[in-house]
Amino acid sequence: MSEYSTVEHDVLVIGAGGAGLRASIEAAAQGVSVGLVCKSLLGKAHTVMAEGGVAAALGNVDGRDSWEVHFADTMRGGGYLNNWRMAELHAKEAPDRVRELEAWGALMDRTPDGRILQRNFGGHAYPRLAHVGDRTGLEMIRTLQDHGIHKGIDVHMEVTIVSLLTDGDRVVGAVGYDRERGRFRVFRAGAVVMATGGIGKAFLITSNSWEYTGDGHALAYHAGAELVDMEFVQFHPTGMVWPPSVQGILVTEGVRGEGGVLKNSEGRRFMFDDIPPLYKDQTADTPEEGWRYVTGDKEARRPPELLTRDHVARCILREVREGRGSPHGGVFLDIAWIDEKVSDGPAHIKRKLPGMYHQFKELAGIDITKEPMEVGPTTHYAMGGIRVDADTQMSSLPGLFAAGECAAGLHGANRLGGNSLSDLLVFGRRAGLHAAEFASSHGRGTVDAGQVETAVREALAPLERAGDANDGGPYYIMQSVQELMQAKAGIIREEDGLREALDGLRDIARKAAGVAVNGNRDFNPGWHTALDLKNILTVAEAVVRAARERKESRGAHSRTDYDGKDPDWGTVNLVLRKGEGGEMDLRREAVPEMRQELADIIQEQG
Amino acid sequence: MKTAAFKIWRGDASGGAFQDFQVDVKPGYVVLDAVRKIQADEAHDMAVRWNCKAGRCGSCSAEVNGMPRLMCMTKLHDLPEDQPITVEPLKAFPIVRDLVTDVSWNYEVKKRIKPFKPRAPDHEDGTWEMHQEDVDRVMEFRKCIECFLCQDVCHVLRDHHKHEDFIGPRFFVYAAALEMHPLDEEDRRDDLRQEHGIGYCNITKCCTKVCPEGITITDNAIIPLKERVVDRAYDPLAKLVQLVRGK
Ligand SMILES: Cc1cc2nc3c(=O)[nH]c(=O)nc-3n(C[C@H](O)[C@H](O)[C@H](O)COP(=O)(O)OP(=O)(O)OC[C@H]3O[C@@H](n4cnc5c(N)ncnc54)[C@H](O)[C@@H]3O)c2cc1C
Ligand code: SF4
Ligand code: SF4
Ligand code: FES
Repeated sequence: MSEYSTVEHDVLVIGAGGAGLRASIEAAAQGVSVGLVCKSLLGKAHTVMAEGGVAAALGNVDGRDSWEVHFADTMRGGGYLNNWRMAELHAKEAPDRVRELEAWGALMDRTPDGRILQRNFGGHAYPRLAHVGDRTGLEMIRTLQDHGIHKGIDVHMEVTIVSLLTDGDRVVGAVGYDRERGRFRVFRAGAVVMATGGIGKAFLITSNSWEYTGDGHALAYHAGAELVDMEFVQFHPTGMVWPPSVQGILVTEGVRGEGGVLKNSEGRRFMFDDIPPLYKDQTADTPEEGWRYVTGDKEARRPPELLTRDHVARCILREVREGRGSPHGGVFLDIAWIDEKVSDGPAHIKRKLPGMYHQFKELAGIDITKEPMEVGPTTHYAMGGIRVDADTQMSSLPGLFAAGECAAGLHGANRLGGNSLSDLLVFGRRAGLHAAEFASSHGRGTVDAGQVETAVREALAPLERAGDANDGGPYYIMQSVQELMQAKAGIIREEDGLREALDGLRDIARKAAGVAVNGNRDFNPGWHTALDLKNILTVAEAVVRAARERKESRGAHSRTDYDGKDPDWGTVNLVLRKGEGGEMDLRREAVPEMRQELADIIQEQG
Repeated sequence: MKTAAFKIWRGDASGGAFQDFQVDVKPGYVVLDAVRKIQADEAHDMAVRWNCKAGRCGSCSAEVNGMPRLMCMTKLHDLPEDQPITVEPLKAFPIVRDLVTDVSWNYEVKKRIKPFKPRAPDHEDGTWEMHQEDVDRVMEFRKCIECFLCQDVCHVLRDHHKHEDFIGPRFFVYAAALEMHPLDEEDRRDDLRQEHGIGYCNITKCCTKVCPEGITITDNAIIPLKERVVDRAYDPLAKLVQLVRGK
């Protein structure tokens, strides 16, 4: 028998980013006991890195904004594959969730009349992103954290969950280890909320940290839950490209929202060259109109730099491939030019984009108030994830809920910037609420000691087996997944590459199954990485399988062999589930028909 | 390719020593890149914390050439080339292993500080009117990424181990953010003096020097807090005026 301790909670929340914190706060408010687990220290989750803002139709800057417009923008951005009910709830509830942050101590930038200021972002018709300079995520996570620590939530920091526990279909808890000493901990719970964030580490060039190995996606999948929309991985158009050590680090869309323009090596604003028909009417004809838009002229239309991320990323890639890129394989993003337009441009830029100024100054030796930045696409966000019920956030397994980036539905084929932070708040709250209700009405489930035993034994195996000296160790196996995915399943995809990716993943999985690590159980990142391999391989396979199946280009998913949208695919979601024999089953499912009033809204908004 | 020499402290609570490494470096390398390269190539089990790699999360705190720094924001280029770069864990907290220390004390301290308590909303929809200049006064404090470098360098914690009686510069910044929050109505002055030990700070300003966010911890947070506390404790008239004015 393995050694482990057992803790009991009514609701167990896995992940302490915005979604997990918001879920915990809501569950605690229902009077149930709550445990919150995270891989890192509290307050370090990805949410802390979010820069640009949180989208909510407050209408503080432009009174024409409303939930209806936000809803329509979200659906259009998502190529109409979104779960429309989630998009509706999100647009309706986001304003309250943002205001509530203020009641908990958050401080956001203000309008002249003392309300929350909102900024422009790609795909949003009106200035909609509440923000604090370019550190909105920090403000948000700190507010939730500092509020949450007084709510009686038990926080288990630096504990990694390796397996969910089930009783029949129902999820009744989880097994994890503490990173500090490698001791195992069993969590018995009435309901579990998954809030583990994304999968960015499945790719080489990414804005995401080591935590983003798709654990929640994989844990839920292996427990029997369904995943959906996994082919849709967002590549943010602007990541740093130079120097190599910072490749992939995000350059916020806020730069473009403040007037930054994209140029190729010939000095041409190439975004004007290709504007998709769906957005033609909403896009500026001239640079001059674009500038008026970013400075708040309500008559002006947005500059093409603020088209959706998938489109901007592809345009950048085109420039680079056709030989008009910057010296280090990106394009130029210029904010310094606004000095022509505003008084004391450098001071203005430093005030609006302090984090970016600092980041480029420190890491690239570039002064963005004087010189253009070099930028290129970077893996950023997973639209796909655990399939959930729109109202309750319960997955296809009773007792398992999911919220935030690891859940799917809201964003469809492509997420709009700012819609993630609002997603965390709206659906984090809903997940916490419904998980608490579920736990109260169902009580705690029964934990099967056999499942615990298996999970612990599997987790200890890499420390106990004799390794293959030639596999390069856990870090290189991880890197080989990333290289493969970057090359074969990245921004541009095609059948042969995807098939090769699948074969490649199979080979890597074989190595991963035999990986050995040295050292002991005390804070051993080699061991931790070895355990993350199973998750990353699972999500990588899900991405590739879904990408291969979807024979069209839509949103973030682009195939050279199936160019353009195919209307038949416009009504289909791809659902993945673990089959009886352990293989990955994929099925097509029709997108449910939209309620008439919502369809009308979309019609009206054009 | 250029190489750089490193001396990295490895060990645990029972003791440890510097271990030598040579790393091939690429342009723009920061200390964290080198540490991770060493970890991937030869020291798989080397314990280190990091997340964002962009100076935003405050996870990768360590002492580089004896100075408390974020490893992800310390470029090799800016360090002397003619001597090995030393990397060791923070000193003010118990060691876990290698570069990782047990910082859980900080999380306990924060819970002891009275939370945000807003005044009643200004508007019926539950919102408040706040102006940019009100907000700007505390923005500086809210930039804190909780890297705890200031805690590490403060002699009251580092040398005198007053962890029981003194909350440290990070939490004076936190308290200042709350006390100066335009909406907050809580009073933390007695706590600051009695429970939080603000009197131990003798304004050496070491904390301000190491803060990667450039927060002027001593001048803008600690000294104003000290003034408020002193007013309260020794000046009955000031106290009366404050009572009348609500703070
Ligand atoms: C650089 C950057 C900038 C961004 N800017 C914006 C923006 O301006 N606006 C916007 O809307 N969105 C933005 N995003 C996206 C947004 O920040 C994320 O999608 C969002 O924060 C995800 O939040 P989350 O709560 O789902 O997960 P996270 O904040 O990532 O939290 C995940 C949590 O799960 C824990 N966890 C993971 N696996 C396990 C496990 N196995 N066991 C235990 N715990 C586990 C982690 O430790 C962590 O606590 C940005 C993202 C990045 C990377
Ligand atoms: S100024 Fe005060 S808090 Fe800061 S390091 Fe010196 S003694 Fe410590
Ligand atoms: S005040 Fe500065 S040094 Fe101290 S924890 Fe915050 S960011 Fe770090
Ligand atoms: S890794 Fe986030 S601050 Fe260094």
